[in-house]
Amino acid sequence: MPITRGFTGRPRDERPDRLPPGQYDAGDQWPVLTAEPDGDVDLTRWRMSVDGAVTTPSSWTWDELHALPGSSYDGDIHCVTTWSKFGMHFEGVSVDLLLDAAGPTSEATHVMAHSTTGYTTNLPLDDVRGGKAWVVWEVDGAPLPVPHGGPVRLLVPHLYFWKSAKWVTRLELMTRDRPGFWEQNGYHDRGDPWLEQRYQGDP
Amino acid sequence: MTAQPDTPVPVGRSWTTGRLAEVDHVGERLVRIRLEVDERTDHVPGQHYVVRLRAEDGYTAQRSYSIASDPVEPLVELLVERLPGGEVSGFLHDDARAGDEVELRGPIGRWFVWTGGQRALCVVGGTGVVPAVSMLRYARRLGRADRLTVVAVGRTWDELPYADELAASGALVALTREDRGGRYGAPPSPREVAPLADGVQRAYVCGSAGFASFATRLLGEVGVRSDVVRVEQFGATG
Ligand SMILES: Cc1cc2nc3c(=O)[nH]c(=O)nc-3n(C[C@H](O)[C@H](O)[C@H](O)COP(=O)(O)OP(=O)(O)OC[C@H]3O[C@@H](n4cnc5c(N)ncnc54)[C@H](O)[C@@H]3O)c2cc1C
Repeated sequence: MPITRGFTGRPRDERPDRLPPGQYDAGDQWPVLTAEPDGDVDLTRWRMSVDGAVTTPSSWTWDELHALPGSSYDGDIHCVTTWSKFGMHFEGVSVDLLLDAAGPTSEATHVMAHSTTGYTTNLPLDDVRGGKAWVVWEVDGAPLPVPHGGPVRLLVPHLYFWKSAKWVTRLELMTRDRPGFWEQNGYHDRGDPWLEQRYQGDP
Repeated sequence: MTAQPDTPVPVGRSWTTGRLAEVDHVGERLVRIRLEVDERTDHVPGQHYVVRLRAEDGYTAQRSYSIASDPVEPLVELLVERLPGGEVSGFLHDDARAGDEVELRGPIGRWFVWTGGQRALCVVGGTGVVPAVSMLRYARRLGRADRLTVVAVGRTWDELPYADELAASGALVALTREDRGGRYGAPPSPREVAPLADGVQRAYVCGSAGFASFATRLLGEVGVRSDVVRVEQFGATG
């Protein structure tokens, strides 16, 4: 690999340990990144559903989802466009709860998250269970704003943030992996920020 | 929106080496870089490269840069705006010179691409004009300029990359802070853009997050359906 003459980069000791490689701390900013105009959601008709390779396809209305035992995430998020944001607080429900209700079959290996806009993103099933993923509607004590995926988005904070589908409305259990929207367009199927899995072909 | 890319377009999967053949400062904060790319895969207008800089101790920094050139040009052209404190743009603007080598990965992206088929309207701002420049050069070469309309938004003529080329290619150049050619400094208005939106099958929005939300709203106001709008956002801050 060629070394670029004269490039030294930012001082290394300024990088906090919690910052994955190639990321910078966005501080107070929370950049909005979306591939298309914001989704419009009618909450009276909105449903969150879990289907596909499950024993009991299940769905929840807005009120039913809020009536489930709540769960929150406190920690960092990482966007593939290189910003990270520390110390976020999200409230919602654990994806484990939704999966338990629907009962993934033994063949289920992956999940496709679908949004009201038609956006999709694929994830290994193991990355959304075991306390690693949430469906959230509150951030830092306020309702999740629409540009950030409100009313409800998926939150999978240990992966790059495009996996945390905005305006999520459906989790489809799959028996094999299938690329979602950005993944078809060249992005990585898993997206671990610590391994810099940004594009197809990264480790 | 459809989750299917409309054409299979190439995506370079592995890292290669780019040699800076030309480095030209084309504005106070703008540098145009033309590169010789080893084992180059031809791009489709709208795609970008990832540029990775490697320090002697192995530290790396990588950022995405849209391609300005037409696929048939022998050198790949990038246009980089220097951001205050920017790690990669600062190096490319202040320190890089012809002969330097960088690592490159690309071309990347199958979503924000125009292959010339559909009648398209680009509403692009600042360095967001870069992919539209590639589309325009490509359209002109193929005699398809009638299918592509560009609205390019900048603060002033001197700050807008490729202002001369864009205007010469028939783009509507809308300056927000400078009166020019009978147009007062202001963002493009629905009245200006509506006639350009007639019969548009695809719209491309590119720029900062703030610009992108302005431009998608503008397109909605002139009747462009949101499911034909494709957005590419640059940079971390609105
Ligand atoms: C698909 C795509 C295409 C793009 N195409 C282009 C293009 O054609 N031309 C172009 O110019 N740009 C383009 N960009 C943006 C580009 O990728 C970079 O984001 C941009 O050049 C800034 O990178 P940088 O390393 O210079 O700045 P960074 O170091 O990433 O910093 C960005 C900003 O955050 C601040 N910042 C970052 N880290 C710190 C820190 N530790 N402390 C304090 N402040 C900090 C900096 O002051 C700076 O203003 C594109 C982006 C994408 C996603």
